[in-house]
Amino acid sequence: MNRRYTGRTFATEVGMVVVALVIAFPLYILVNLAFRDRSSQQSLLTPTSDPTWANFSTAWNDADLGKALLTSTFVTVVSVVIIVAVSALAAYVLARVTKRWSRLMFALFMVGLLLPFQLALLPLYSTIRDLGLIGSVWSLILFYSGLQVPFATFLYTGFLRALPLDYEEAAMLDGCSPLRAFTRVVFPLLRPITGTVIILNAVFVWNDFLTPLLYLSGSTTATMPLAISTFVAQYSSNYNVVFAGLLIGIIPVLVVYFAMQRSIIKGFSGGLKA
Amino acid sequence: MTLPTHTEDDPTRSGRAGGAPEDGAGRPASRPARRRPDLLGRRSRAPWWFLLPGLALYAFVVLVPSVRGGVLAFTDWNGISETYDWIGFDNFVKLWNTEIARDALVRTVIIAVAVTIIQNAIGLLLALGVNSHIKSRNVLRVLLFAPAVLTPVVVAYLWRNLLAPTGAVNSFLDAVGLDGLQREWLGDSRYAMWSIVMIVVWQFAGYSMVIFLAGLQSIPQEIYEAAELDGASRFRRFTSIELPLLAPATTINLMLSIIGGIKLFDQVYATTGGGPANSTQTLSTLIYRYAFNSGQFAFAIALAVVLTLLVAVFAAAQYNLLRRAERKAS
Repeated sequence: MNRRYTGRTFATEVGMVVVALVIAFPLYILVNLAFRDRSSQQSLLTPTSDPTWANFSTAWNDADLGKALLTSTFVTVVSVVIIVAVSALAAYVLARVTKRWSRLMFALFMVGLLLPFQLALLPLYSTIRDLGLIGSVWSLILFYSGLQVPFATFLYTGFLRALPLDYEEAAMLDGCSPLRAFTRVVFPLLRPITGTVIILNAVFVWNDFLTPLLYLSGSTTATMPLAISTFVAQYSSNYNVVFAGLLIGIIPVLVVYFAMQRSIIKGFSGGLKA
Repeated sequence: MTLPTHTEDDPTRSGRAGGAPEDGAGRPASRPARRRPDLLGRRSRAPWWFLLPGLALYAFVVLVPSVRGGVLAFTDWNGISETYDWIGFDNFVKLWNTEIARDALVRTVIIAVAVTIIQNAIGLLLALGVNSHIKSRNVLRVLLFAPAVLTPVVVAYLWRNLLAPTGAVNSFLDAVGLDGLQREWLGDSRYAMWSIVMIVVWQFAGYSMVIFLAGLQSIPQEIYEAAELDGASRFRRFTSIELPLLAPATTINLMLSIIGGIKLFDQVYATTGGGPANSTQTLSTLIYRYAFNSGQFAFAIALAVVLTLLVAVFAAAQYNLLRRAERKAS
């Protein structure tokens, strides 16, 4: 293909940069105003002349964001660990066992890809309430772990089917138990797809809002999106502080994204094609 | 997050460069998916009970409550009391006769279709742009995808401020002399829904872009070279090569955005809360409202059943349509 830098390429370049600037505009405003004192008379569009950190400390203290950060991290890490463990195990059976029941089970798991979580959310809510778990982060962990199993299992099964049997067979010939062969041989081989599963699920669990809104309402426990939501409602008139809170709310995801963007972008496309 | 099911025996997808996963030893496992047991008749002894933890969680959280939802939709349960009565299809009749709910149903479909079309059109253009030889393509890929990882509810609060009457968007329009375009974006029932559509597109166009990009990069260079030898124009290259070969990526993209659009909640809750005058209510926001603000638990579940049917109908229609297109293209 033509690899010269032509006039048309230049036009594309200019066009794309303009589009990127338009898309970045809201983020510029977010950062710009988060550092601005409320009394400032400057236009919203011009860079803040004397930036201040005051809004950030107000947001951090009043919204109890430190606690929310810990809660979200705990929920995300525990949920993702459970999702990875149970889904890899399940997929191992679904991909390797040839019996009829295994194929039926695979079909049953795939039904879960299409069921919107709104359907299960309310009936499960009553069960969780009867178990006394409303207001507890364990209700969220339980929910995410079960909800994401079909999707993770789907990704793992596709990957495992393309993976040769040789390694695990050798391990079992050497006297490994099935569980040991799985943890020592099969699971390490799944590493590329495990990365994708972790990223996709962590983004989903971290960002989810509706579930904590239902399951944690009325308690003092809050995930990051929920804490931000409560905070925004309190400070709706002081948008400099609101923007500082919003910025704190997205910084963790942005940091992780920019640190891992290579594997995330690859993971998204790779995971979708597996 | 749900994904469309692409079976691994799909002839249009197997063995495509870039799509083959690597095994742990780093060599591409590009052999077609092996039937189990493998060609030598060997069997792996994966014990059946490995399935149990995953199945138990999935059943407890998704399967059982979904079935219960399907049943409870035909009752008058308020969510708290021990007893409830069967009322047949009353909830669904009521849904159709309640103007707010009927409007929300129609609006949910409009939003889902609009988001799908706009987001994927922009995503495709962006993908073509960052797949060209521009110098900034790597930076742009990272930048344009970034909004897609941000927390939707936080993004929605950000946009609520930007779109306020004296917010940054109106200020910008004023500054560039387009003050005639200033609007009460979220406060005017004529524009509120479309403003929300725009917010969703802003956040997820990069998501579509990445998937289209993966599709574009799996197109072998030789095809482009052959087209160039034949003197194909840029436009012709797009319609005759890229578009048909993007069919699998298109299937995934359309599925994801239409399902996401049907389930839309966070963006509405955080920007308008369903207002003004219920002009932005969706099925999801009404489910929340009926279940937790007015105690009509079973009615809310009936709405969730309708939402599920919508997802199923759209997914099935789209899947069949696009599979046919994919087969034609291959």
